[in-house]
Amino acid sequence: MSDTLFTWIASLVKAVLVFAVLMSLVPLLIWLERKVVAWMQQRIGPNRCGPFGLLQPMADAVKLIIKENIIPAGVDRVTYYLAPILSIVPALAAFAVVPFGEPVTIFGRTVALQVADVNIGILYILALSSLAVYGVTLAGWSSNNKYSLLGALRSSAQMISYEIPIGLAVVSVVLMAGSLSLKAVVDLQRDSGYWLVFPQLISFIIFLIASNAELNRPPFDMAEAESELVAGFHTEYSGFRFAMFFMGEYVNLVTVSALATVMFLGGWHAPFGLPEIPIVWFLVKIFAFIIFYMWIRATLPRIRYDLLMAFGWKVLIPVGFLNLAMTAVVVTLAADRAMPLLTAVNVTLAVVVGAIIKIAGRRVERRAPRLAPVPEAGG
Amino acid sequence: MTLLPFIALSVVAIAFALLLVLNRNAVHGALCLVVNFAAVAVFFLMLGAEFIAVVQVAVYAGAIMVLFLFVLMLLNIQGQEGGLEQKPRSQILIAAVLGILLLAEIGVLAPLAAGLGGAQAAAVPADFGSPRLVGLTLFRDHLLAFEIAAFILLAAMMGAVVLAKRRLA
Repeated sequence: MSDTLFTWIASLVKAVLVFAVLMSLVPLLIWLERKVVAWMQQRIGPNRCGPFGLLQPMADAVKLIIKENIIPAGVDRVTYYLAPILSIVPALAAFAVVPFGEPVTIFGRTVALQVADVNIGILYILALSSLAVYGVTLAGWSSNNKYSLLGALRSSAQMISYEIPIGLAVVSVVLMAGSLSLKAVVDLQRDSGYWLVFPQLISFIIFLIASNAELNRPPFDMAEAESELVAGFHTEYSGFRFAMFFMGEYVNLVTVSALATVMFLGGWHAPFGLPEIPIVWFLVKIFAFIIFYMWIRATLPRIRYDLLMAFGWKVLIPVGFLNLAMTAVVVTLAADRAMPLLTAVNVTLAVVVGAIIKIAGRRVERRAPRLAPVPEAGG
Repeated sequence: MTLLPFIALSVVAIAFALLLVLNRNAVHGALCLVVNFAAVAVFFLMLGAEFIAVVQVAVYAGAIMVLFLFVLMLLNIQGQEGGLEQKPRSQILIAAVLGILLLAEIGVLAPLAAGLGGAQAAAVPADFGSPRLVGLTLFRDHLLAFEIAAFILLAAMMGAVVLAKRRLA
């Protein structure tokens, strides 16, 4: 077997495997999300189909597939068909550059555990995430529905705005690694012994918040604020086309969690010197992020749209720029001590800011008038 | 570069460029342009300029065209307004003259460029178009030009804000 042929086959197998795993994670995540949110809200959650309701997503999928596909009058057909595809393809394609393990040896040849180790991997993910806006925008416009268009405009404005803080957070990480390859970021964390979550704590927090907005998940789900916009950009979609938007959202959730794992939590390496198990640690970290996103969803109420935009432009972006400048200065002036130095600065800042928020919050609480007691019925 | 993928890609790029011009629906035209951008990005990939390819997608397809699409959607420009339907003879004449001139230019210059091609290609360094090289060129060799461009963009942005605010008040 020639080397070229082997590379082709290996790439194909990896691509199909990653696709299969991502696609089969979607129903699992839908079940997990419903269960986790239910537990947090002291409900039981789905428990009718199969053990622990595990077969519920299957039942839902079957329902969505055999449902009638309604195409409302006056839609722009081409873009109406195209939009769900455009929302799921970038989500799947972005995973191509995420590394999930050390290279392994098969038949005497090394195979990287990554669909494609391009040296501009991080930029590639950012480019694809900027393409994801098309799915939402076109869905809203083609539906010929006011609420859809409003939802689409909101959500695309939000996605474009929050791409900037994500970019700033990512660039700080790139500065530390000195490379745009995700593999290099993981190698840096292995060699230096520092997970970037500590030296880049500010970036990490910015990334968590902004990615939540980028994913259109609660509390930033302006695109589909039910109380205002019916269901936002996918109001007019039904059956399997609706399911495709859903799938795109969950694949994006996995991709973002994988990206956060690779950039901030040391990728596939084991924490605290525990034994290395291929893939397993990577999955554990990804699921930790996913459950964190679900936790946020279950805890926080939706934010008003103008506050969301103001927060992005007036808080996250300036903080991102300051952090980027600080990182650049430290990396330039003290490259060999950048890790401990930045860790000290970031952790101190986090503790101080956390304390200020805590104290300010307590003061506001003390000053606020107690809520009037609910008058008794019939009184 | 292998010839067959190049031809196939060229056909896609040219076809979608034509579709952009011929399309009645402005939004569909904008989408055709996005496909054209993607095809050009793949050209860059075939030339080994990964960075430029990704920037092409991120900047043109991901940022600029999305804003274009916003404007087109909100104005809802359709063909029937009359303005787009009229084709005055003078316009066709000017277009024809300019087109012939451009073709002639390509016809004269292409053989010249082909003659230079060999020598030029050899001079390209191995890491041509890498993020490092692009960054050094932008921020070291052409820092002043870069800063001027940034300033002009900032001025334009502030101008837009001022104009929009005046209308609100």
